[in-house]
Amino acid sequence: MSDKQPFDAVVARHGPTVLRVCRALLSAADADDAWSETFLSAMKAYPDLPADANVEAWLVTIAHRKALDVIRATARRPSPVADIADSPAQERADARDLDLADALSRLPDKQRHAVTYHYLAGFPYDTIAEVLGGTAAAARRAAADGIANLRRSYRGATPTKEHA
Amino acid sequence: MSTPEPLLNDLAALYTDTTGRLDLLRERLAAAARDRDLLDIAYRTTDTPVGTLLLAATRQGLVRVAFDSEGEDAVLQSLADALSPRILRSGSQLDPVVHQLDEYFDGRRRTFDLALDWSLTRGFRSAVLHQLPNIGYGTTASYAAVAGLAGSPKAMRAVGTACATNPLPVVIPCHRVVRSDGTMGGYRGGPEAKRALLDMEAAA
Repeated sequence: MSDKQPFDAVVARHGPTVLRVCRALLSAADADDAWSETFLSAMKAYPDLPADANVEAWLVTIAHRKALDVIRATARRPSPVADIADSPAQERADARDLDLADALSRLPDKQRHAVTYHYLAGFPYDTIAEVLGGTAAAARRAAADGIANLRRSYRGATPTKEHA
Repeated sequence: MSTPEPLLNDLAALYTDTTGRLDLLRERLAAAARDRDLLDIAYRTTDTPVGTLLLAATRQGLVRVAFDSEGEDAVLQSLADALSPRILRSGSQLDPVVHQLDEYFDGRRRTFDLALDWSLTRGFRSAVLHQLPNIGYGTTASYAAVAGLAGSPKAMRAVGTACATNPLPVVIPCHRVVRSDGTMGGYRGGPEAKRALLDMEAAA
């Protein structure tokens, strides 16, 4: 017996956010794998999830862990080939998105994570603190630093209309 | 911050165009969940002459056939409550069921040969439903006759309830159970669907 939504509804509702987070942290192929592993882990634990849990934060916490696993595994490989700019899913993205994705991928980890969870996933800073560990204030600072860095690198790579 | 910030807008739009990718990932997820024995219920829908039917199966077999009028969300929620919330949409697992239903609605199949999961029914209702495949294609039986077959000739009302709550309509032919005066009686999929099934079987 359960009072839970069918898991399919959870996938439908939160699948897009989890994929965005995975894409922001990993290459497209690795992001697909991390997305699948996230939902497989979640499906296993789902019947025991407390009824009042924040399902999206729970899923993104799992996704964050899976992404770090993939990054660690990639770092152990002798010749890393993960190049975000060459990944297939980004072929459709326009150049401006590529620039931004590239700029985002070059941020220090803490800033990239905080920017991703706040500006892509739309989480408040106290939720981000739960995902990343640490405090909400630290997450806010990391996101602000990340945005400041992006403003420099992204604007530098993308001419504004006055210059074009 | 008086003007909209292009950087923040672009960040908010980054990686949002994933609909096609997600469809593929969800189908893959269902396959992987089945491989790892995490998928308790697979479901899909199929279009038929009596409307869109939702089909759901457990490891044991087909567990639920639902009419459009019952509402997909409500049916899936009732499956989550009664059996398990580990439910995913999955095309392939139910292909044999869809195939046999297609043959039935084309008039090329008179009985279904499918693994069934009876866990959504129990007791006398289950005994009643187990008798229904004995009512041949294109024929009908009265509620009273079915009560007799199930071993309780006076339990006509209970037969009505069993038919009204049949978790496997069409496949378990409760549409062939009619009133003693020849009128149709109720149906989970609505009287029009019952009429359509009986007419179709009579014509085939």
